[in-house]
Amino acid sequence: MNKHHSRLLQRTYLVLIFGFMYLPIAVLIAYSFNENKSRTVFSGFTLGWYKSLLHNEMILSALGLSVVLALVSSVLATVLGTLATIGIHSMSRKSQLIINNISYVPVVNPEIITGVSLMLLFVLCGRLGIGGDNGLFGWTTLLIAHITFNVPYVIFNVAPKLRQLDPSLYTAALDLGCTPRQAFFKVLLPQLSPAILSAFLICLTYSIDDFIISYFNCGTMQTLPIAIYSMTRKKVSPEINALSAIMFLVILGIILISNAADSHVYRKNQAAIRRDAAGQKEVEAA
Amino acid sequence: MLRTKNSRWAAAPYLVWMAVFIVVPLLIVIWYALTNSDGAFTLENLTSIGRYTSVFGRSLLLAAEATVICLVLAFPVGYFLSRLRSNKQHIMLMLVMLPMWMNFLLRTYAWMTLLEKNGLINKFLGLFGIGPFNMINTSGAVVLGMVYNYLPYMILPLYTAMTKIDDSIIEAAQDLGSNPGQILGRVLIPLSKPGIATGITMVFVPSVSTFIISRMLGGGANLLIGDLIELQFLGNSYNLNLGSAMSLVLMVIVLLCMSFTSTFDEEEMEGVM
Repeated sequence: MNKHHSRLLQRTYLVLIFGFMYLPIAVLIAYSFNENKSRTVFSGFTLGWYKSLLHNEMILSALGLSVVLALVSSVLATVLGTLATIGIHSMSRKSQLIINNISYVPVVNPEIITGVSLMLLFVLCGRLGIGGDNGLFGWTTLLIAHITFNVPYVIFNVAPKLRQLDPSLYTAALDLGCTPRQAFFKVLLPQLSPAILSAFLICLTYSIDDFIISYFNCGTMQTLPIAIYSMTRKKVSPEINALSAIMFLVILGIILISNAADSHVYRKNQAAIRRDAAGQKEVEAA
Repeated sequence: MLRTKNSRWAAAPYLVWMAVFIVVPLLIVIWYALTNSDGAFTLENLTSIGRYTSVFGRSLLLAAEATVICLVLAFPVGYFLSRLRSNKQHIMLMLVMLPMWMNFLLRTYAWMTLLEKNGLINKFLGLFGIGPFNMINTSGAVVLGMVYNYLPYMILPLYTAMTKIDDSIIEAAQDLGSNPGQILGRVLIPLSKPGIATGITMVFVPSVSTFIISRMLGGGANLLIGDLIELQFLGNSYNLNLGSAMSLVLMVIVLLCMSFTSTFDEEEMEGVM
């Protein structure tokens, strides 16, 4: 087999796999423009489902809940996780190992187990009379559940960064008269902020996307994934297709923008490096 | 420096959180699994799981099938991607991850449209006079759903492992007379073992515990462990004690799977983060 053939084979294989991955999404989006309510007959083009989606009270309130829940739980998880990382960093190796292993539990455990174990806790609390007559289930339990599965991701994102930091910078700040609090906010936090930000973004996406853990802990509240689930259980309306088309575009947009920003920063850095190198040469020449 | 006694207190809120919302819930699961509804100790929950052996067997079998298919499909993808120029790699990686960002309920729902009796695939085949086939509500559809949803989780760690394989190693094997099969068996597979191990856990664990895929694509006849557990907690057969016992067994299965794959490589979790 010559090189040309094997390259052609590679291309074909990749196209087939990507076709497999994108075919269902393409179908979903195509049917969002279908005039007919059927999932199989395509009768004509319409934007009507997008319009009716915008008036669908259930979906809009679910979306609102998902966004607020994601923001609040991610902020709290990021704060809790960052503080935890700093605290864990100054512990003995043995306690670090124990805490990290326990923190791994929600990451590696099947989501359904994290979901039901939290649910059992809240059921038990309800039996003990905590949370009043209606029990705890609702906003509180959703928030607790989301923070719980998000914090480990913060820790595992920020900890490597903290280990890489130069400890003498913090000591220098203290030597130069900073109080520990100032040194924390002016020296430590700015250095950690890229890792903290990316941890925050990871939390947001996990929180918005989570279905299984929320499903067991939502009570009667509906986050967006739960609303989608209940829509797929009933007679389905093409509004769900319109919704997936919009979500796909939003995600694509976010990825493209963040990519463009990344490569912009990269080019800027490269340019700066080249400038520095050129400057260095000039100095040497002089 | 940072390692002062005082800064340890920063972890205190999390430690309390971890104890209350990670450790205690798991202990409650164990406690419920070992008691009856009156709170008395019993092994009945665990022994009555014996009635559901077929469901557990089916879950393990379908999840194993999905894992193997994912591995076979993803291995060439990981290899081809790792050999591309780096700017192309970046774009392709984005393409692999993009479907993961779509809500997985929507993606699975899309397969319902495709696989139905008068769905798109049957319509398409009908143009050539083939079919219609009965595809939805079969165990094959469940496996397809698992493969589709978790394929990126296999591609990414494989790709990460394979980017570390230098071209010159493959070329050296070629120069020394290896045929493609030998290169695969003696160079590529051994060197991508950490990726394989991570990929297997990341596909097997969610597959064996899913309850949405089986419900949407498998109809009523393809109940999995996840469905059973869900039925005990939120469904018709409300029985928290039995559900906890099932969760406990599922956890043991997952632990066994993970200890099996972690023998491949100690750093298996690195590809995940």
